[in-house]
Amino acid sequence: MTFLEKTTDVRKLRHWDGDMEAQYLYTTGIAGDIFFKGIMNGKIMGSKCEKCNRICVPPRIYCEVCFERLNEYVEVSKKGKIHTYTIAKIDIEDKRLKEPLIWAMIKLDGVDGGMVHKVSEIAPKEVKIGLKVEAKFKNKKERKGSILDIEYFKPVK
Amino acid sequence: MTENIKKFYGEELSRKQISDGKITIVEHSPKVKYAWSCGEAMSRFLNELKEGKLIGRKCNKCNRILFPPRMFCEQCFKATNEWVYIKDTGRIMTYSISYVDTHARRIKKPILVGVIAMDGASKNMGIMHYFDEVKSDKIKIDMRVKAVWKRKEEREGAITDIKYFKPLGE
Amino acid sequence: MVKDVAVIGAGMTIFRRRLKETGKEMCFEATKMALDSAGMTLKDVDTVVMGSAPDAFDGIHMKGENLLDGAGGYHKPYMRVFTGGGTGVFAPIAGWWHVASGMSDVCLVVCEEKMSSCYPHPQSAFAHIWDPIIDRPLKPNLMWIFAMEMNRYMHAHNVSKEDIALVAVKNKKNALDHPCAQLGANITVDDVLNSEVIAWPVNLLDVSPPSDGAAAMLLVSEDVVSNHTDNPVWIEGVGWSIDSTMWTNRDLSFPQYVAKAAKMAYKMARIDNPRRQIDVVEPYDPFDYKELHHLEGLLLCDKGEAPVLTREGVTQRDGDLPCCPSGGLLGVGNPIAATMAVKTCEIYWQLSGQAGKRQVPGDPRTGVCQAWGDLMQYGSVMVMRS
Repeated sequence: MTFLEKTTDVRKLRHWDGDMEAQYLYTTGIAGDIFFKGIMNGKIMGSKCEKCNRICVPPRIYCEVCFERLNEYVEVSKKGKIHTYTIAKIDIEDKRLKEPLIWAMIKLDGVDGGMVHKVSEIAPKEVKIGLKVEAKFKNKKERKGSILDIEYFKPVK
Repeated sequence: MTENIKKFYGEELSRKQISDGKITIVEHSPKVKYAWSCGEAMSRFLNELKEGKLIGRKCNKCNRILFPPRMFCEQCFKATNEWVYIKDTGRIMTYSISYVDTHARRIKKPILVGVIAMDGASKNMGIMHYFDEVKSDKIKIDMRVKAVWKRKEEREGAITDIKYFKPLGE
Repeated sequence: MVKDVAVIGAGMTIFRRRLKETGKEMCFEATKMALDSAGMTLKDVDTVVMGSAPDAFDGIHMKGENLLDGAGGYHKPYMRVFTGGGTGVFAPIAGWWHVASGMSDVCLVVCEEKMSSCYPHPQSAFAHIWDPIIDRPLKPNLMWIFAMEMNRYMHAHNVSKEDIALVAVKNKKNALDHPCAQLGANITVDDVLNSEVIAWPVNLLDVSPPSDGAAAMLLVSEDVVSNHTDNPVWIEGVGWSIDSTMWTNRDLSFPQYVAKAAKMAYKMARIDNPRRQIDVVEPYDPFDYKELHHLEGLLLCDKGEAPVLTREGVTQRDGDLPCCPSGGLLGVGNPIAATMAVKTCEIYWQLSGQAGKRQVPGDPRTGVCQAWGDLMQYGSVMVMRS
């Protein structure tokens, strides 16, 4: 058996083409359902851990730190700060984007956690860690109970 | 367990609750493509299929003729030694009469499928394939069968170059 | 110096075709129940083992990592193990070596499967376990290989479909006593024989259903067991073995891999006459013929004898060798790895006298559970004693 030939493209060898076709339907879960229905109503929901004295976003039915069951869901601020970010120049298929996109991890005010989302209405070179941003929701009619119901985060004026 | 536990968790969901949009869901279909390198043994095997021939590999230590061929003997754990042509006839080791397709969809005309131990290879050396030209109530374990090949110009170097196996009718 | 390892608590969710809970949430519920039943908190846990079958069911790659928060893995030594359908007994074996090695005093084992994510049927995900070059072009359904194995088993010992159907009747009936069961039912042999043919010789009622569910178990070392319980169940033997991937090259009528795994576990547990020394058994039963196949593989009877034992009532819950008193996969459900709940956890519950309505009479002291997976090639076995 030879492993001496160098090749970077398996299609130049004797090969067999195929795919892994599958369809998925994910339930969002007990806490996820509350979160996404909240988003549909223009709210961001968290769950409160009394023992650790923190509010988890996205909400969950348990606190992964103390492992207590969480039963209290609360609306949290739609504003927060950029914790870290990247400026993407390629898309998911490795293709060049016409305009770069800003993707950030946003820590919401007063909670433990937040979310990764797009940041817009600001030039990439103006973005900074610590920048105050707020969620921009789609029009109510267009919302579907998805993370994309938040169109993007924008700088707080 | 059961005596002390008051509540078992889990909330059953019906198809209707989902189709009615009563709960939030996320759908996704990954689009992934693969090109699997065939390697030495399978490359030769597929090339020979295109020629209408079946080939195995012999291990000189255990003296088995392995089919489908591989470049190593998993029992002796050494490289196999030589290529050996085997016959396109064999014996049904087992079979099923399937009323479901690959996606578990119901089908009217059943698929006859099974494992055929090939003549000229060592004991139990079989491959999976279809059967045809036999009624589903006539097919039997140990029945002798022969490969029915695609025409030469239709063959592409694939396991499907054999269309199916049919009874030898001895 | 190998430490003795005891089971001191277990938990599970209900099993259903589709649960609202996410995989993480299911893991939390099973884990919480196990911790509560042992009077412990996550702080008491040193290490965590996660067992889960192919990523393609949940539709989340690296799902072990996805599940860890709900499985109590936060900031702990955590690993995922995976041996296909064999995971439900293999994950606790991995937990056993965490404790037996002296590495940790308390190991939490969590198993999860959310098979409803993949639709229209999890079979679409099963398609990807076949060899892409030689098998997949034939557009196989995984059901085919089980049908072919069942056919070979029937042929080798002249076993009738009626005898095999008795297993489905028994297990679905046993499952009526399980509070988490998906398919407990009073059915007859004729119901099985007249149910839809999926892939002859397999009919619909010969098969366990796809399910969502999770299970959890707590294993502790001999050094700390008295701090937690006075009713431990000891893991006395473990074994596992795998056969060739070339499944078309094997005689399918006897599960050699199960026999090898059983011999390994029996040797460790000093069992030399399994039929006499084992009081209760949970063989893997995703299909009814598999219970028979596995009883023979577990050396609890001769080859071809399991259908006779079944016909004579020996394997009933009140019989001489109770098999699948839980209701098994056929009755309780089949969330692949999480079947730990009806195999390993069930033997724990039986031997500690906590099985409630499912309790096997006669104070069973020694039990065996077994699981089976990959391309019909993998066996995992555990012997437990109270």
